[in-house]
Amino acid sequence: MCGPSKASQMTETPIFDEMWGNDGQLRAPYGRFQNWLESEDPKRLRAKQREADDLFRLSGITFNVYGRSEAEERLIPFDIIPRIISAREWQRLSRGIEQRVRAINAFLFDIYNGQEIIKAGRLPREMIAQNEAFLPHMLGLRPPGGVYTHIVGIDLVRTGPDQFYVLEDNARTPSGVSYMLENRETMLQMFPELFSRNAVQPVQTYPMDLLHSLAACAPESTHSQPTVAVLTPGIYNSAYFEHAFLADQMGVELVEGHDLQVVDGRVAMRTTAGYKPIDVLYRRVDDDFLDPLNFNPESQLGVPGIMDVYRAGGITIANAPGTGIADDKAIYSYMPEIVEFYTGERPLLENVPTWRCSEPQALAYVLEHLAELVVKEVHGSGGYGMLIGPAASRKELAAFRAKLKARPANYIAQPTLCLSTVPIFARSGLAPRHVDLRPFVLVSPAGIKITPGGLTRVALKKGSLVVNSSQGGGTKDTWVLED
Amino acid sequence: MLGKTANGLFWMYRYLERAENTSRLIETGQRIALTRLGASDDQWRSVLQTAACEQGYDAQYEAVIKDAAIDWMLRAGDNPSSVLTMVGAARQNARMVRTALTHEVWEAMNGTYMRLRQMLARKVAERDLPAVLGEIRQGAALVRGATHGTMLRNDIYNFARLGTFLERADNTARILDVKYYVLLPSLMHVGSSIDNVQWETILRSVSARGGFRMEYGPDAGPRDIAKFLVLDRRMPRSLAFCTRKLRENLGYLGTSHGARLPSHGMVNHIETTYLSHGIEAVFEYGLHEFIQKQLALLAGLGRQIEIDYRFFE
Repeated sequence: MCGPSKASQMTETPIFDEMWGNDGQLRAPYGRFQNWLESEDPKRLRAKQREADDLFRLSGITFNVYGRSEAEERLIPFDIIPRIISAREWQRLSRGIEQRVRAINAFLFDIYNGQEIIKAGRLPREMIAQNEAFLPHMLGLRPPGGVYTHIVGIDLVRTGPDQFYVLEDNARTPSGVSYMLENRETMLQMFPELFSRNAVQPVQTYPMDLLHSLAACAPESTHSQPTVAVLTPGIYNSAYFEHAFLADQMGVELVEGHDLQVVDGRVAMRTTAGYKPIDVLYRRVDDDFLDPLNFNPESQLGVPGIMDVYRAGGITIANAPGTGIADDKAIYSYMPEIVEFYTGERPLLENVPTWRCSEPQALAYVLEHLAELVVKEVHGSGGYGMLIGPAASRKELAAFRAKLKARPANYIAQPTLCLSTVPIFARSGLAPRHVDLRPFVLVSPAGIKITPGGLTRVALKKGSLVVNSSQGGGTKDTWVLED
Repeated sequence: MLGKTANGLFWMYRYLERAENTSRLIETGQRIALTRLGASDDQWRSVLQTAACEQGYDAQYEAVIKDAAIDWMLRAGDNPSSVLTMVGAARQNARMVRTALTHEVWEAMNGTYMRLRQMLARKVAERDLPAVLGEIRQGAALVRGATHGTMLRNDIYNFARLGTFLERADNTARILDVKYYVLLPSLMHVGSSIDNVQWETILRSVSARGGFRMEYGPDAGPRDIAKFLVLDRRMPRSLAFCTRKLRENLGYLGTSHGARLPSHGMVNHIETTYLSHGIEAVFEYGLHEFIQKQLALLAGLGRQIEIDYRFFE
């Protein structure tokens, strides 16, 4: 935890603010922005903040909260102060991201074809064999173009001017890219003058980049222009807006399981003029629900038999089934070894030091230092089921200790990082809040493409480190400046 | 286009049209009540009938009372044909077919829904009724205008138009079905004030009082009103106009899909058999029987379109 904390043995770390640094000196990327901000009337900004909310509501950029009534749609709060990253900082980051994504893809290929990394003794066999995210159906299967993770989101946090960590990799179906795009649109509409003064690298090419990247991964048998479609679980899914948004921006069909059927060995969608085969399916449905014949037989969201078509090379599924093995939190702790093994290079991006509670020594350490650590479920996501030691009460700590002892392999632990802050526009004026960053990466045989910036998530509550939208987090526009 | 998308577009525009029509019926009912021209209970019962809300209402209430009838038609959550339910359903369909709509159409639809949801969150006070009814019609006009101004003239547009005109034809036929008796020659008392009120009710229900007077003159009678609503191709809510639009849009779909399907034959049949003769032929057939026949044919056409264009399977 940053600043004063309950854990007395922790040293206090100064919080790095991306606008004002550690010492209150305005950092260079924010120079022009600060000039503008000084000349702005706070009243006008307050009105702009409200205008932003109206714009989001009108365009329907909402998400549905799991477990709430079906009709409830909520806005993810948007903050008008941009997060600004210099070209130099971004170059360094993007090299590290590219290296990591290349390694993840090579790792997946290896895990499902040969498992050299296990034979080399760099990864314990049980990490794969006993992992729920490992999909035996994928063994020996080579996806078109050799690409497993077509779309990746790498979650980064920052603790100092040059100190970045990868918090987690999202190799299944990373979401949030629509917010990255709509945040920029909203800023362009509200503050055009800011974009005249600052040369901000564009993000708007993402949908077309995505389309090209997906099309480049079409099965070899595809002759004409590949037919791409987005598969959504439906309008009640929390990310439905994003699914519709991406399909719309790419100009492709948004399909649900009941629109699809296997016809003549192809996956085809029911159009008003009959069934039309699909070459590339960007699916936003989890592995388990993808194919009731091969996976969960209860699933209404998938396509019966799609895995058989996939195996026969009749369709590209993006991301490939079984990619979850690469973003599993237990595997995460091996990422430095994985990057080195497949790229032959030192990892450019650091991992957060991680204790695997499955190991007795690590477990003992974690139990002893629980009040200082962040403990996460190996298969959890969305900020659910995690413990932030310094923020937990004695009672919560005791309860979690019991859970840890009962199922140690279910958890990993990490030190509480002192996440950087970026100011938000609060009622009382600018106020620092902790942030993370999810850049979006596209992978195809033509190469790896990273959109400059990504989605900045911000914990709106003072002092909070939880940025997840399901837990009161908001978002910001993220600028990468031109050189 | 996906069959599901065609279905979503079709119903989005149907629901929107129905919400607008219901608001017009309420407005007419309210006007007649305020000017004390009609026997009011009968009046609201026939409004409920025309809006296809009568059965549900009777299950909830013992008697037809103005306030309850208006509330039922405007905002009752358990009335599948209330304006609020309709606009919500139109917007839900729009969300489902979001990729087929332009930004402008989606924002018009979503904005209309957001405003109406707020205005209809509580029972509407009588003094606020005109503003609320105006908002419904303006909202529908906004969506329609955005549709005309920004949507490509392709199959997406055709399915939207099919939903619009099928619903509109159905609505005009229902108005006639409930009020047909005042248009029958046998009950005609020329100049009687009761009939004048009934005729005016019909014309107001289709927003065409001025147009009718302009075209048919001050002495026009019930036979002309029937002609106007059934056969006049200049009148955008007449059965003949709506059916022609249905035929045209099915024709465009036939061209773009390269196939003539059963629904195309059905719409031609409706047009040539029933809507291509004079109003005398309609009265000879029997106005009531004629309208009943139209309602059945329209329902059948709707079902056939669903099948022909694979809305469901």
